[in-house]
Amino acid sequence: MIRCIRRCAALGLVLLLALAANAVRVMVVDAGSYAADPANRRIAIARYQHPRGGILVGGSPVTGSQDTGGQLAYARTYRDGPLYAPVTGFASQTYGTSLLEGTEDGLLSGTSSRLASVPLWHEISRDRQRPGDVHTTIDPAAQKAAYAGLAGRRGAVAALDPATGRILALVSSPSYDPALLAGTGPAVTGQWQRLNDDPAQPMLDRAIRQTYPPGSTFKVVTAAAALENGAVGDLAAPTDSPDPYRLPGTTWSLTNEGRGCADASVYDAFRVSCNTVFAKLGADVGVTAMARQAAAFGFNDTALRIPPGVAVSNFDTTMSPDQVALSSIGQFDTTATPLQMAMVAAAVGNGGELMRPYLVDRVTNHGGAVVSRTTPTRLHRAVSEGTAERLQELMEAVVSDGTGTNAAIPGAVVGGKTGTAQHGVGNLGTPYAWFISYAKPPGASRAAVAVAVVVEDAEAARADISGGGIAAPIARAVMRSVLAAPPRP
Amino acid sequence: MSATSADAPPPEAPPAAARPAAPPRSHRRGVELSLTVAAVLVSVYGYAEVGLATRGAVPGDAAGYGAGLALLAVLAHLAVRARAPYADPLLLPIAVLLNGFGLVLIYRLDLEPSLGPRAAPTQLVWSTLGITLFVLVVLALDDHRVLARYSYVGMTAALALTAAPIFFPAVNGAKIWIRAGGFSIQPGEFAKVLLAVFFAAYLSANRAALAYTGRQVFGLRRLQLPTGRVLGPVLAIWLLSVGLLVLERDLGTSLLFFGLFVVLLYVATGRTGWVAVGLLLSAAGAVAVGSLEPHVHSRVEDWLHPFASIHAGLGPGQLAQSLFAFGNGAVLGTGLGQGHSALIGFATKSDFILATAGEELGLAGLGALLALYALLVARGMRAGLALRDPFGRLLAVGLATILALQVFVITGGVTDLIPLTGMAMPFLAQGGSSVVTNWIIVALLIRVSDSARRPSPEPQEESP
Repeated sequence: MIRCIRRCAALGLVLLLALAANAVRVMVVDAGSYAADPANRRIAIARYQHPRGGILVGGSPVTGSQDTGGQLAYARTYRDGPLYAPVTGFASQTYGTSLLEGTEDGLLSGTSSRLASVPLWHEISRDRQRPGDVHTTIDPAAQKAAYAGLAGRRGAVAALDPATGRILALVSSPSYDPALLAGTGPAVTGQWQRLNDDPAQPMLDRAIRQTYPPGSTFKVVTAAAALENGAVGDLAAPTDSPDPYRLPGTTWSLTNEGRGCADASVYDAFRVSCNTVFAKLGADVGVTAMARQAAAFGFNDTALRIPPGVAVSNFDTTMSPDQVALSSIGQFDTTATPLQMAMVAAAVGNGGELMRPYLVDRVTNHGGAVVSRTTPTRLHRAVSEGTAERLQELMEAVVSDGTGTNAAIPGAVVGGKTGTAQHGVGNLGTPYAWFISYAKPPGASRAAVAVAVVVEDAEAARADISGGGIAAPIARAVMRSVLAAPPRP
Repeated sequence: MSATSADAPPPEAPPAAARPAAPPRSHRRGVELSLTVAAVLVSVYGYAEVGLATRGAVPGDAAGYGAGLALLAVLAHLAVRARAPYADPLLLPIAVLLNGFGLVLIYRLDLEPSLGPRAAPTQLVWSTLGITLFVLVVLALDDHRVLARYSYVGMTAALALTAAPIFFPAVNGAKIWIRAGGFSIQPGEFAKVLLAVFFAAYLSANRAALAYTGRQVFGLRRLQLPTGRVLGPVLAIWLLSVGLLVLERDLGTSLLFFGLFVVLLYVATGRTGWVAVGLLLSAAGAVAVGSLEPHVHSRVEDWLHPFASIHAGLGPGQLAQSLFAFGNGAVLGTGLGQGHSALIGFATKSDFILATAGEELGLAGLGALLALYALLVARGMRAGLALRDPFGRLLAVGLATILALQVFVITGGVTDLIPLTGMAMPFLAQGGSSVVTNWIIVALLIRVSDSARRPSPEPQEESP
């Protein structure tokens, strides 16, 4: 009997060991896969248990959190949601996050180790880490001016501080209110469906995620390549440019909208936007130099993050001469985001130095202490100081006595370039009206603001003048608001 | 039980307690008292921690509840000191700790509005009743061998109790409750003790007949099959288990009764043949029932594929949620009040209570709990080894087996080691009948361990 009892006790020990081994399996070995299971609501519950950190514009938050009373307690709210949606993106309990809400999620939700004052202390104490705040570089006045200028038309505006790369405005239109997607339930899924089905694509951040054929605004890059490579010496000297210009190796002839382009000087050709002159100039410079110059302005950069990723602006690196000619006037396969074209204007206005664009000025913890701050860094030297000065001469002539007079600001020196791009089969798509520009405050040698505007407008005629008529006033409004603001401390 | 309790009306208690029963030389009663006080303190600490973690303040009634629990625990200790001075000093503190901690877990889950009305106050009332019955049993039962006399009465009562819920409406698919007024009772819980007493008495009386009859199989001495005559009771118990399962849909109790009987049969006879027969029968029963009863079949499916409902797009089932809770606990746990075991939903406070312990106290806390149960079972087995009368031995082993089987079946069930069967984690889980029964089990273990450790040569003749 005693032996049997001992055996029973031994069996009990075996069962205990089985329980313990299985508990280790469940609680240690498989715990990670359980936590990662989308059906496990713990991460979501913890994530929304407390208010989310704020995204600030001009020192005041444009986001908030409200208690829904549901299982996922706090849902995101937005002040001026449609205005700032291209900056903030959305933070949805159903659909995740986008743009800054996505790239800064660790800081905003409080999980980032960057918020810890003492390394690993959070892991030991299991204290809840308070979320941080993200301070953007956006200038609310510039943002509002751009948004009001687009007035609901399809288009986008990107504005930069050329000296630092701070992004001052990032507007996409039509926009949407990210608050509609904040929570859960059929209302949210319905809105998501509606926004995704909308042919106007309100959730598309056109300023950084949509590329357009840049049209004549790309002539700034072509002029830069020609100047840098010595293809052009004297801006005022006549060029050897026939009008119409037969594209090399083809029977197709390129014409101009305006007159007086035959053998026009680069100065005049830029001012009135002669296609023939710049197409030939590009073909003469060649694909290698053109591609190198485009890359120096930021084209073909797959790694640009502001921190949200920016769509790649394209300039093909292998082309036939006729394709190079068309590419040099912003057609063929050449595409650019509005931010990319703002970078082109910014580099010219900044003496040839292209600063890396960025959207997050600094991140603070809940106590207001700075966790990290973005320091301006140079992305490339786009062109030499001398070339930049001559490009400025060209661009300033456009505004003073060319296609871009609508962008002129009394007292300030403004340089710009108009553009119109057709697209679609047989060029039947809605044309894009472009304007890129920079503005120097009175007495300053370098630009304080650079801006790119694109408007998809059925009213845009086939003439370059549409860029000056539709897009330039928006650019002027943005530049004025930046110049009017007191200098940033 | 009721018969013996009636023999010793409460008025007898005061003089009994006042009698200087404890000899001058104390038998580890001081250890018991200090461990019991520690158990109360741990429980109160847990209660305060829940309040601190969820509301930022110690619950205002923590001192009151602590004093109440301490009073009950000290009364139980005094009863043991008076009437069972040689008893194992670990049994009472473990029971107090488990019960106190169970109350903390239930109180903590009461803070989740999704889990329905509060259960901790009711559980506290039942715990008080349980400790009261513990005191009464310790005071009134002088010698465990008295119980053997009432074994057949007990068995009849056990059958009646087990069968009673058939006449009441099913609750959550199982007919194991009797509802009267605001209270519901699971009579099957009480039947466990009565059956353990009956099995111990029946087997100690008939073990010779059971052990030394039967024919050998293949000439192997070890593998002797019992004769048909003595196979009868075994088959009767097996039928009772299956009947329970089919009529009341109570897989847990059925399994417990049968497991208890097989273990005691083996201990009484020392015949592996019985174990083989028992395992064969239970395997056959499990296969048959598992394939025939949809309710049981789904439990097996859940066990094999706990995440199947997620893949089917139906969201996580209870077992999946339980595993998520355990996984979230990891090694150290989230801390009391900080987990999300409420996602399990129905039965979080009862069958799945261990998931809350696992999530909020981690592998460390779960290990500590399992160690406490293991200690309780081991001490029961040890009392069985030390006793000299077969009835006492079988009773001690039987009581320990009841605890061990419950712990294994429900722990293994909620951690996906074995198919889940509804069973109460002793002392921890919400359920009044269960906590009262467990206190009676501990009272009986105290009694047998007192006999086992008593040095004076009291007459311990084996009953013929």
